[in-house]
Order: sequence, then structure tokens, then C-alpha cells
Amino acid sequence: MRIDPAIVRRIARLARLSIADGDLARVAGELTRVLDLADQLADAPLAGVEPMAHPQALALSWRDDAVTASDDAGTLLALAPEARGGLYLVPKVIE
Amino acid sequence: MRAESIAQLAQALRARRISSAELTQQSLAAAHVHSHLNALITLDETGALAAAKRADAALTQAASSALTGIPFVHKDIFCTNGIRTTCASRMLENFVPPYDAHVVGQLNDALAVSIGKANMDEFAMGSSNENSFFGPVKNPWDTARVPGGSSGGSAAAVAAGIVTFATGTDTGGSIRQPAAFCGITGLKPTYGRVSRFGMIAYASSLDCGGVLARSAADCAQVLAAIAGHDARDATSVDRPVDDCVAALSTSLKGIRIGVAREYFGAGVEDGVAAATQAALRELEKLGATLIDISLPNAALAIPAYYVIAPAEASSNLSRYDGVRYGHRCAGPKSLEDLYTRSRSEGFGSEVQRRILVGTYALSAGYYDAYYLRAQRARRVIANDFTEAFASVDLIAGPTAPTVAFKLGEKSGDPLAMYSADVNTVAVNLAGLPAISLPAGFVPNESDNGLPVGLQLIAPAFAEARLLNAAHQLQLATDWHTRTPPP
Repeated sequence: MRIDPAIVRRIARLARLSIADGDLARVAGELTRVLDLADQLADAPLAGVEPMAHPQALALSWRDDAVTASDDAGTLLALAPEARGGLYLVPKVIE
Repeated sequence: MRAESIAQLAQALRARRISSAELTQQSLAAAHVHSHLNALITLDETGALAAAKRADAALTQAASSALTGIPFVHKDIFCTNGIRTTCASRMLENFVPPYDAHVVGQLNDALAVSIGKANMDEFAMGSSNENSFFGPVKNPWDTARVPGGSSGGSAAAVAAGIVTFATGTDTGGSIRQPAAFCGITGLKPTYGRVSRFGMIAYASSLDCGGVLARSAADCAQVLAAIAGHDARDATSVDRPVDDCVAALSTSLKGIRIGVAREYFGAGVEDGVAAATQAALRELEKLGATLIDISLPNAALAIPAYYVIAPAEASSNLSRYDGVRYGHRCAGPKSLEDLYTRSRSEGFGSEVQRRILVGTYALSAGYYDAYYLRAQRARRVIANDFTEAFASVDLIAGPTAPTVAFKLGEKSGDPLAMYSADVNTVAVNLAGLPAISLPAGFVPNESDNGLPVGLQLIAPAFAEARLLNAAHQLQLATDWHTRTPPP
């Protein structure tokens, strides 16, 4: 799969990463090589094979519907780069 | 340097020939002596000495475990309450978790003494430990070479004799390949055997916590402490843990070892293949039958892995947004700018590359061609193992195709780096347990030679069989007792 700078710009936007204009061609080349590696699967006889998402063929485990976590909002908010009054602070979203 | 086993140290501690405080001070001193290896990101001298004091008190009351008082390091991917946990990323440079990972809690309960946090590839993405925000780790056998990755700091710390064992994680070979490159023993347990709670996520269907140590017997002791069910990880398996320590002494007479021909394919250096074959002949002398086998879909493992792991990573790492914890850019102009600049500044280039590959593979129009196809490949790779284990008890081959390569040799070429995982990633895709153990040396320009690792793979939950075979080989050989130059 040939990745061009426009595709890099599009997926970088989806991933919320910024790639400098001067790096777009280099990154496009690197991603092309990685996806060429993935394209080796294209010729493998995989039609009809059930996809395997996980090594365990188990149903999701259930636990009792009981309160286990304590109220540690203060502990978690203390990790935030910016917080005030029990809330996370971010730049204004609505003008 | 210290080269005693966990059992020998435990005995010395119980006989009062040495205290945990003395052992811990020696470990801390060794960490300083070997600081040029850059094996540790954080050294916790105060915490270590306090833990040693508690261990010494427990030893006088006989309220102790096999690991009580023994110094070790955690890979810096395990959350440690109150101790900075960086995952070797600028993103988490100042992250101090408010809780312990399950593995951390288990080793605290055992009163083992953590002296700090080991360097690694950023977010466990790498095979050389050159992707760390805190700089590369050097291989104690030859400091011009890499220790392997991503658990490179853990492996170097054990090989250099700073500690007796280290925790690690293995998503595509990140315990086994550094163990091979550093001449030590590394165990990747079955997926689900060790809780992932508090282990920073890279690719959740592949990530597996484990141990690096000098011998299989030591790995068995540590596995006993960290394995078992934990309700906080939904994929942690509720099933009794086999007594791997007791199983170590079982004879290997009659055990069938499948030698996978694909693991000796193109790219495997002659010296590595020869050392692996010599180790296999030692197993034969111990009563094992070697059987030539094929894993016909082995070549699909690298392509499948480098779709699945990045896809899961792109999802897992979306949590780093500069809002709740982790790096935040200065002066964000908008929420979008906050997300984008915080992530671009916080993540290194390999992490960004994998996020981009994963985002692409999961994006509309490409999901079937990449992610779904990789999942189909995963199924046939896993089926190969199931079919092979119908006629053999273990599968063997070289852990890595080469010995430790030079720093900088592959860091400019992501695909060359990915090929270092050619013999290890299939095990993670299938969720199986595997071990790498020293299997001789390949001569190099220094006098010491460079270590080669033998990989043994077992069916799910057969860690006892794996450790038993590795231990019996280590009773008959001395490769694992060799140490790098001081």
C-alpha cells in the first residue's frame, strides 16, 4: 500500500498527532514499508478463517454488582496537569 | 558481583550470614558502579532500605517467603504507588501512580525489596532499548551493543549482577529477546496467568507480565509469587497455579521436543543456529527425543503482529490526552491543540509510528484488509501450535536470529528492527508460555563472546513443564552461570 503525504496528514489528524510538513514524505515512506510488510498477508490462504481477536476463547468474566472503588477523586485529580474545584481544566470549547 | 541464586540468598538470609539491609546496600552500590549501563530510570534508595528493614524483621519472626529480603527491580511499566512510573516516555516523565500494579503488590507481600525502576523501550515498543526517552541501555557483555528490548534495563540489571531478578513484560518477545542478548533466563507466562492490573497497556491481547533472572529455578520462585487470579484484570485466569518449583526436578526421560525448522530459517546467523543445536543435543542426552516439526504459517507472524499490536496500541494510547495525567503542552490554544501538541511532544518517534500504523489499519475502508486479515492470520498461527502440540511436549528454536547487535545498527530502519522478533511474536499471538535460556556463546571481537538464547515454548498453562526442562538443562550445563566482564 502506497501511503502519500495526504494520507499521513489524514491519519495523523485522526490520531491527534501533528507531523511537520517537512517530515510528511519521510513518514509516508516509513508507513508504506510497514504496510508493505502487512500486505504479505494478502497472498496467504486465509479466506473463511475465523478471525482471532484474543488468545482466550472465553466469555467475558462477570463480577458481583457491588461498590468496590472508594471515592478517590482527590487522589486522581492531583495527577492532572490543571484542575480546579474538583474539575479538570481544558481550553474553552464553546465560545 | 553477586551471582547467587534466589534459593542460596534465601538460605543465607535465614542463616543470618547476611541481612537484607546488607544485600540491599550491595545492590544499590552495584547500581551506582554500573550506572554507565543506564539500566535504571529511577533508583529508590530510601524505599529499598525501608523495605529491607521490614524484610529483616520478618526474617527474625519466620514470617517470610522465598523472596523475602531479596533485592530486585521492576520494569518501569508496572505502576508503583508513590514511585514515579514513566514507561520510558516523556508522556509519563512525572507520573507518580496512586496505586500498585498487581505484580508489584504480590512482590511487596512477599517482602522482596525493589531497589528501583528499570529502563525499557518507550511504552514497550522496541527490540533494542534504544527507544527510551531516558536514553539507550548498554549490554553488559559489550557496551557497544544493545541489551535487546523492550525489557532491556531489566535484563542488563540482572546480567550485570545489580539484582538477582527483575520483572518484565512481553508483548512480542520483550522478555525473551533481551534475556537471550544478555545471557540470562526470561520467562513469558501464559496470557492470563499473571494479572495485567497496573501494567501500562501497549497491546492488551498480547501483553504479558513475567520475570528475568539468572536461572529457570529462580524464575520458578518469582512466578510462584506473581501468578494467580486477580479480579481486577478481566483476562486474569481463575485456575490453580501449578507448583513449578516442585516440578523442577522431574526427569526429562521421554519428553518430546519439536524442533521447528522455520525457526532456523533465513536471517538466523550460523553461530546462533549452531549454539542452539548444541543445546538441543544436551537435552537429548538428558533423555529428550528431538522431533523435526513444521509451523507452516510462521512467516505470517511478523506481518500479523505489526498490524495487531499497533492497532491495539493506537486504541490504548488514545487515553494520553494531556487532560487527566501525563504530559501537557504549554499554552494550548484550543482543546484540539491541547490534544495534538501534548501527544506529539509526549510520544517518541517509534510510538508515533505505531499509533499511525494502527490508526490506519483500523480506519474506515482498511479495517478488513489489515486488521481483520491479521486476525485471520493469528488464528492459523495459533492452530499451528495446537497441531504441533498433539505430538510434542515442547517446541524449541533460537530465541532471536542474531546475537546482540550494535547500538545504532538498526535504529534507523524500523523493519530491520522488527525482524529481531521473528521467532518470538507467534507465541504472543497464540498466548502461550515460553522461556529463553542461555545456550552458549558466539565469539566476537571482545574475549567474552556474546550469549545465545534457546527458546522453549509450551502449551497454555504448562509453565511447570517449561521450567522443568530449562532447569534440567541448566543442571547439566554452565552457560547460565557465566557472567559478563566486571
